[in-house]
Amino acid sequence: MSNISAMKIAVCIKQVPDSWAEKKMGSDQRLDRESVDAVLNDLDEYAIESAIALVEANSPTGEAGEGSGHTITVISMGPERASEALRKALSMGADDAILISDAALAGSDALATSKVLAAVISQGGFDLVFCGTESTDARMSVVPAMLAERLGFAQLTFAGKVEAVGSTMKISRQTEFGVEEMSADLPAVISVVEKINEPRYPSFKGIMASKKKPLVTQNLADIGVVATEVGSSAAWSSVKDSLPRPPRGAGVKIVDDGNAAAQLVAFLAERKLV
Amino acid sequence: MSSVIILVDSVGGKVSKATAELATFGKRLGDVTAVICSSDGASLASQLNALAIDKTITCTGVDFEKLSTGAVASALSDVVAKEKPVAILIASHARGKEIAGRLAVRIESGLITDAIDLDADLIATQSVFGGSTTVHSTVTHGTPIITLRGNSIEAIAGTGPTAHEDFAVTYGGADRALVNSLAPAIKGGRPELTEASIIVSGGKGTDGNFAPVEALADALGGAVGASRAATDAGWYPHSFQVGQTGKTVSPQLYIAAGISGAIQHRAGMQTSKTIVAINKDPEAPIFDVADFGIVGDLFTVLPQVRDGVIAKKS
Ligand SMILES: Cc1cc2nc3c(=O)[nH]c(=O)nc-3n(C[C@H](O)[C@H](O)[C@H](O)COP(=O)(O)OP(=O)(O)OC[C@H]3O[C@@H](n4cnc5c(N)ncnc54)[C@H](O)[C@@H]3O)c2cc1C
Ligand SMILES: Nc1ncnc2c1ncn2[C@@H]1O[C@H](COP(=O)(O)O)[C@@H](O)[C@H]1O
Repeated sequence: MSNISAMKIAVCIKQVPDSWAEKKMGSDQRLDRESVDAVLNDLDEYAIESAIALVEANSPTGEAGEGSGHTITVISMGPERASEALRKALSMGADDAILISDAALAGSDALATSKVLAAVISQGGFDLVFCGTESTDARMSVVPAMLAERLGFAQLTFAGKVEAVGSTMKISRQTEFGVEEMSADLPAVISVVEKINEPRYPSFKGIMASKKKPLVTQNLADIGVVATEVGSSAAWSSVKDSLPRPPRGAGVKIVDDGNAAAQLVAFLAERKLV
Repeated sequence: MSSVIILVDSVGGKVSKATAELATFGKRLGDVTAVICSSDGASLASQLNALAIDKTITCTGVDFEKLSTGAVASALSDVVAKEKPVAILIASHARGKEIAGRLAVRIESGLITDAIDLDADLIATQSVFGGSTTVHSTVTHGTPIITLRGNSIEAIAGTGPTAHEDFAVTYGGADRALVNSLAPAIKGGRPELTEASIIVSGGKGTDGNFAPVEALADALGGAVGASRAATDAGWYPHSFQVGQTGKTVSPQLYIAAGISGAIQHRAGMQTSKTIVAINKDPEAPIFDVADFGIVGDLFTVLPQVRDGVIAKKS
């Protein structure tokens, strides 16, 4: 049993348009967010599972929740309906949830998102933050590193394995350079890759229990962030224009009758690829 | 003449192709100052002689490989304060984006990631929603920080730096995350996945036999990739996975063999210039993005294509 003392864990999760729905609309080239189902960013499920598994491994009862000596708070910045994603995390086993919702937040970039999340994390006194590696809509993969920078927390990103040894967090990760073993004392930000675990399905008991778990909604004033520092008007980059790209010209599709390879080679030669 | 900063990109002590591409974009904006943040500084500096770079700055005094990306962001922010560049260009991979993100916070500047083009007016082009939409954007605050995807530009040659400077930096931040050990990735004879102009990928349909995939890749001088189903099965190392949670690639030619084309796979290869799919199932979604699709058995088709390619080349 490791001797890490009471961890106050935050898990940052985002609600995103369902990536399968996006695919369905591929033919008309527009992402109409209103009509798309919103789901919990699937890469964030691994972060939730990691937090719960870490608490279980360091709990005298082997369970998360009361009696474990640690707490797990899920945090999301988003519209009102992002509370559905938070409820899902609660039903998996997180203890409570914070939704930061404010009209002024619309159009926030990663810099503003990380500013808001960092404010909530400091205010709550969290010392360990779990994130996914990217949100499947924005696909920037920068919020965890920005959080580490803003909070001055140790950055342990792209973890494929996480454990607490004494009071030190150890991770193992695969990078361009190879397999790296990293460690840091708390406070730390950890982002996890999808190979790390198999997120649990909420049990019936978990779903019932989640309904009684606290979910508080806060606005910018509650967390002490000035409205003019976030949202689209404060974004430090701006989109000049966006054009639907013409769909790939309907490709050739042939059934192999023994001659397909030769046709492919001719096609490649025509495009100067061989 | 205004100056632009590029962050020298390297893997295993070797300057990567991304560095030459960043220099090429940089030249559109002004004189290129290449910043080296690596404990291999001297060796990396000696590899820049054929690139379009005017000056190098080697940051010294910090063991960058042992610390997190916070150390690089901190060094870069010191260089920016000194050089006052018009922009900072960084390679758009996981590490590059982390550095860019931390730097943006530090120097309070706007950030654009995953750009595929950048013009002289600092207008960046991005390809979003799996390549279905092209976006043009600019940074409106601070010193623009732009990360550029590999393979987005044909790198130009140059005559290398004429000036060199060592610049002492320190990193004392609260972030004390340490890399305790590194088992370097095994290098094969093939090009790097993210640098390759041709990639042949295998999926579940290979049933663990990557020999025909590798043979075609070698005939074409390309790299080998894999779907997650193939890496999960242990048939190919995870570092070769293409897709949302693997590498994002954008080669001239991408050949998918025995890959169904799940959205997570397509997210990593959809912007390839030419896509070829070989799959037994005529309904496989990979055909939706393929320029040339063959409904057939990869074990029959791939060797024939390989023979045809070799015949064509000789
Ligand atoms: C969070 C998350 C992240 C993911 N990230 C990635 C990622 O980064 N990259 C990725 O690839 N996947 C990723 N996936 C997995 C993805 O959803 C698919 O499961 C995976 O891409 C399927 O791999 P496949 O196409 O090789 O296998 P399958 O879907 O099983 O397809 C195999 C194909 O091979 C064909 N086939 C079989 N035998 C032959 C033959 N002899 N000749 C020709 N064709 C044959 C079949 O018709 C079939 O279409 C992710 C999933 C999740 C949930
Ligand atoms: N609006 C948000 N609310 C909470 N967490 C977020 C939000 N946006 C991003 N994150 C976290 O940051 C990670 C990386 O997101 P991104 O940098 O947007 O790709 C996600 O997997 C989440 O863990």
